[in-house]
Amino acid sequence: MREVDRRSKHSRRVFLKGAATAVPVAAVATSVAVSIEDAWAEETSALSPATMKTLLKVARDIYPHDVLGDSYYITAIKPWDGKAAKDPAVKSLISGGISRLDQNARDRHKVPYVEVPWEADRVVLLKEIEQSDFFQKVRGDLVVSLYNQKEVWPRFGYEGSSAEHGGYINRGFADIDWLPKA
Amino acid sequence: MAKFDLNDSSVVVIVGSGAGGGTLGNELAQKGVKVVILEAGPRIENHDFINDEWESFSQLAWTDARTTSGTWRVAKDFSGLPAWIVKAVGGSTTHWAGASLRFDEHEFRVKSTYGNIPGANLLDWPVTLTEMEPWYAKAENKMGVTRTNGIPGLPGNNNFKVLEAGAKKLGYKTVHTGNMAINSQPRDGRGSCQQIGFCFQGCKSGAKWSTLYTEIPKGESTGNLEVRPSSMAVKIEHDASGKVTGVVYADESGAMQRQKARIVAVAGNSIESPRLLLNSASIMFPDGLANSSGQVGRNYMRHMTGSVYAVFEKSVHMYRGTTMAGIIRDEAANDPKRGFVGGYEMETLSIGLPFMAAFLNPGAWGRSFTSALDGYPRMAGMWLVGEDMPQETNRITLDPVVKDKFGQPVASVHFDDHPNDVAMRAHAYKQGAAVYDAVGATVTYPTPPYPSTHNLGTNRMSEKPRDGVVNKYGQSHDIKNLFVSDGSQFTSGAACNPTLTIVALAIRQADYIAGAMQKKEI
Repeated sequence: MREVDRRSKHSRRVFLKGAATAVPVAAVATSVAVSIEDAWAEETSALSPATMKTLLKVARDIYPHDVLGDSYYITAIKPWDGKAAKDPAVKSLISGGISRLDQNARDRHKVPYVEVPWEADRVVLLKEIEQSDFFQKVRGDLVVSLYNQKEVWPRFGYEGSSAEHGGYINRGFADIDWLPKA
Repeated sequence: MAKFDLNDSSVVVIVGSGAGGGTLGNELAQKGVKVVILEAGPRIENHDFINDEWESFSQLAWTDARTTSGTWRVAKDFSGLPAWIVKAVGGSTTHWAGASLRFDEHEFRVKSTYGNIPGANLLDWPVTLTEMEPWYAKAENKMGVTRTNGIPGLPGNNNFKVLEAGAKKLGYKTVHTGNMAINSQPRDGRGSCQQIGFCFQGCKSGAKWSTLYTEIPKGESTGNLEVRPSSMAVKIEHDASGKVTGVVYADESGAMQRQKARIVAVAGNSIESPRLLLNSASIMFPDGLANSSGQVGRNYMRHMTGSVYAVFEKSVHMYRGTTMAGIIRDEAANDPKRGFVGGYEMETLSIGLPFMAAFLNPGAWGRSFTSALDGYPRMAGMWLVGEDMPQETNRITLDPVVKDKFGQPVASVHFDDHPNDVAMRAHAYKQGAAVYDAVGATVTYPTPPYPSTHNLGTNRMSEKPRDGVVNKYGQSHDIKNLFVSDGSQFTSGAACNPTLTIVALAIRQADYIAGAMQKKEI
């Protein structure tokens, strides 16, 4: 069978360029103030870096795929900052949702959400707010913004558009080789 | 190409260009009848279709406002999207999978066969299988259906091979790559299937039959058919005698136009067709046109549907090749011993990763959900489609609040499953899972119905005017020159996919209309 190459073609360099478009990569990399890992969150305009980092954790906890690095989740959630900059209602929805989540985490675990060490404990906190507008909007957006990234598809063995490759007639549409003989 | 005057009252105006409207338009044009098709959506040719689920959805889907109610899960998960159908020239024949099956004999006689089912508004069709057989044959020939007219079946893809192996282990007998209106060899000026996948996103190669690049250009080349894209019908008008006289529609620029007509045929799919009749209410017809029975909009059917996806130890890559690549027909018969009347088909189905995420279990999240998606390349899938019970309370009405951009009330879709639908779905989930378990599935997922693709029954055929909206030719009981030409005329839904029957009825209706015009009856 023709398997799909699942290695990431999504280089760190490309990711940094994409996520921090306003700042040259070199400038970010040489900055003493922020580490490379956190640079994407410092580039926000409406939501605080801490809010964005918590949102990243929330996104990972909603759709946890251990084979996917943070970059895909960052791409998925980053647009919330732009939407919040344009619409105060969105800004308060996200900021307020994250504040409440952090408060619940402090009440229960004495630390903010991102510092609750086990996913299972964070999921309990998410379950508590599952019916909230904040959670519903974030999840409803994420199910498209995460899984509709073309860069994500090969990681799930999905090949995307095929017409330009002549379809699958000569590319393994019927190459299954492990079925028991009928 | 023909261009008819707005005041030309000799034309037949057809609302909609899909399986019903597109076919009727070409058939009439071939007989020398002048036709104007008003299509709400734009004209998008097949080379412009997009192999990308969400992008294609934006390009083709009918996303105008609709509202929903009822206990069906779609009303909760996709409250503004009761149906997944198309707004473009070609209608939902751009989006359909191509399955082209004839009704069973008993499926035209459901009241006689099933008897009194509480809550079900069953009625026999005013037409029989024997009567329909020659029209089915014409439809199959027109559409190039595989395993008819000497056309070979399509080759089975990986998804089909899993289904077939499981079905055989389970002892099912009628398992094959389907009766598909997809070319397995070049035919009718169209090439053969390249196993592209993305059948739901419009067939870029044109191997799958769609009125967009078959019926419509053929009709246009006669000089008798004019198709007006981006023309949304808002009202059918009538004169003092009660005969319809034309259709008011919003043109591309949003300006209202009035096309006069000798005959009007409504083929806007089972949500928009009753909506148009209801929105055309007048002093003479206060409950809407053709609605003396009160049945316009009622008996909305959407098929008992569901899917089963299964994950295996090794790769399947179900998305490669035709979306509906094969069928098991053994459960299609009526066998009330199973605990329900009617039957269902099991047909392979695959959706891409983006739609799998959206539809596998809408609203779900966390590890159990992502674990299912992690299995995507090792997944096989089937769609379960069976006869659902017509119920008077399952219904298209005019929303009392929400209006479209032309000020017309939008359609509100109410649906509750009938107990027979629920029992059938439970059986189908169990058998679907058994097929995959038989060949080593490690996990199976009973997946809830998607927004409706088979919308049926809301202007149903009946022998007696009090029981339905149209007669056996789709002609309204109340108004002689008003016809219904889409799946909304179905008296019952049958187990199988509806398009072949819609096309067969449209060919037959064209024959009837042309004859009646010649005899000056209408």
